[in-house]
Amino acid sequence: MQVEMKDQINAVVGRYQTRRSAIMPALALVQESVDRLHGDVLKEVADVLEVPEIWVYEVATFYGMFNTEQVGKFHLQLCTNVSCMLAQAERLLQHLESQLHISKGGTTPDGLFTLSTVECLGSCDTAPVLMVNQDYHENLNEHRIDELLVQLKRQAAT
Amino acid sequence: MFEKVLLRSLDVPESQDLSAYEAAGGFKSLASVLANHSPDELIELVKASGLRGRGGAGFPTGLKWSFVPKDTEKPVYLCCNADEAEPGTFKDRALMENDPHMVIEGILIAAYAIGAATSYFYIRGEYGVSTERVEAALAQAYAKGLLGQNILGSEFSHDIYVHRGAGAYICGEETALLESIEGRRAQPKLKPPFPAVAGIYGCPTVINNVETLSCLPHIVERGTDWFRSIGPESSPGPKLFCVSGQVKKPGLYELPMGISMRELLEDHAGGPLSDNFKAVIPGGVSAPMIPGSDIDVGMDFDSLAGAGSMLGSAGVIALDDTACVVRVAARIMEFFNHESCGKCTPCREGNDWAAKVLRRLEAGSGQREDLDQLAFLCAGIFGNSFCALGDAAAWSLGAALKHFRYEFEQHIDDGECPFH
Repeated sequence: MQVEMKDQINAVVGRYQTRRSAIMPALALVQESVDRLHGDVLKEVADVLEVPEIWVYEVATFYGMFNTEQVGKFHLQLCTNVSCMLAQAERLLQHLESQLHISKGGTTPDGLFTLSTVECLGSCDTAPVLMVNQDYHENLNEHRIDELLVQLKRQAAT
Repeated sequence: MFEKVLLRSLDVPESQDLSAYEAAGGFKSLASVLANHSPDELIELVKASGLRGRGGAGFPTGLKWSFVPKDTEKPVYLCCNADEAEPGTFKDRALMENDPHMVIEGILIAAYAIGAATSYFYIRGEYGVSTERVEAALAQAYAKGLLGQNILGSEFSHDIYVHRGAGAYICGEETALLESIEGRRAQPKLKPPFPAVAGIYGCPTVINNVETLSCLPHIVERGTDWFRSIGPESSPGPKLFCVSGQVKKPGLYELPMGISMRELLEDHAGGPLSDNFKAVIPGGVSAPMIPGSDIDVGMDFDSLAGAGSMLGSAGVIALDDTACVVRVAARIMEFFNHESCGKCTPCREGNDWAAKVLRRLEAGSGQREDLDQLAFLCAGIFGNSFCALGDAAAWSLGAALKHFRYEFEQHIDDGECPFH
């Protein structure tokens, strides 16, 4: 692990009474620069925080936004909870699956897209909603999804 | 027309900026509190206002504060619960994105009342824009002496730290939220002890919702009589209602607590997409649905409790007569199954079992006995777990079965979903 990353993690520790509290922010910081939170990464985080490795592992595997498996460059997370479901999110899921030629949970062979469903994103008045990495795309339909995919592919190429 | 207070800045450009907030009178309430009120006086003021928590449970805020021991030698903590994840709810996100300084001023007022030197602002991981705006607002507040040592020249010092969630609905539960800040898996703990006595790091801790905290600057500025003049006596004040689902104008509405559901859905949200409302979920999917024929009910804690449901997070999801209740019930149970932390067997296993039965019913391959099985599962889950997640799952399914049994039977008899 880079010295700068260690410094960033140690800076966060000061916000809390215990070093253990910094596990979540440390994982969030580290995740930005690794493919996935695999065992070696978790061990490094544990070493920096001076906590048992199992403490880091249990947090990394409990919270859904910590990726212990590799995800594509663009992680597409479609909300299918009630408000989005009532706005035809399931039809959009089928559309995404057919456009990307993958099933829910899969990653395209070029590593560009991972497709997941997600629970409520708190944007129910603009349903259906898709989160791409950290960005929300709202009031979607098939046409807008097609445009979005073209735009993301173009973004990846440049 | 009802004067917007919490959402007054919704259409103001750059409203998230400190200068915009100060131009609207921001932080005057904090200055007034620090100059004119002792912490005990402030607690009494908030008790007198009748403010009840906007996170879901509706517990009186001033009373919650008063549970913090006065003679404690331990540090006292405040947590702002911004882990908004109850399906159908998007009010706290709007407050954080548009008016983060209002939330910060509310945190400071609450922290002063309970004697907290440190707050944690727990924001759900998915809320990227909220996090950015809150962090920018905190930096501005520090730079202006509104946070840190000797705030506005007073004896009061306070630090606020953002702690980001990472995709776990259960963190909205108070004890799970504290576990999460301590760096553990977010599994609820048995109460008592209550957080006000032994919360984070075993220290007295108060957890308040974003909207609850946002009410505080206005209560200080305008007084308790103003607050109590809005809405019913037992749960006064302005309230944010999140309307989504099958209505013509979904959106966020600030209205008096206690407004009738019919007025909210028909006059403000434009009515159903089809001809009629079939059912309405009044407070996020944890709140039992009520039939479309019963929407002349007040949108407040006590009226909805009387109608067999709850105000919860005020995430109102409308189903019109094209919606399939079995499908909605199945999706809700899948949600609770996914978000169960796995600690208590009735919730972990019962939700999974019920979700599978519901999917089978929705697909038209269910049997009559499945309905008895679901009732059996509801009884086995309800009241048999540490926290309210299992209760909510059983309670919401129970309401769907009670009010719409014929629709479940129709799926069984027809061997297919009549709506799809």
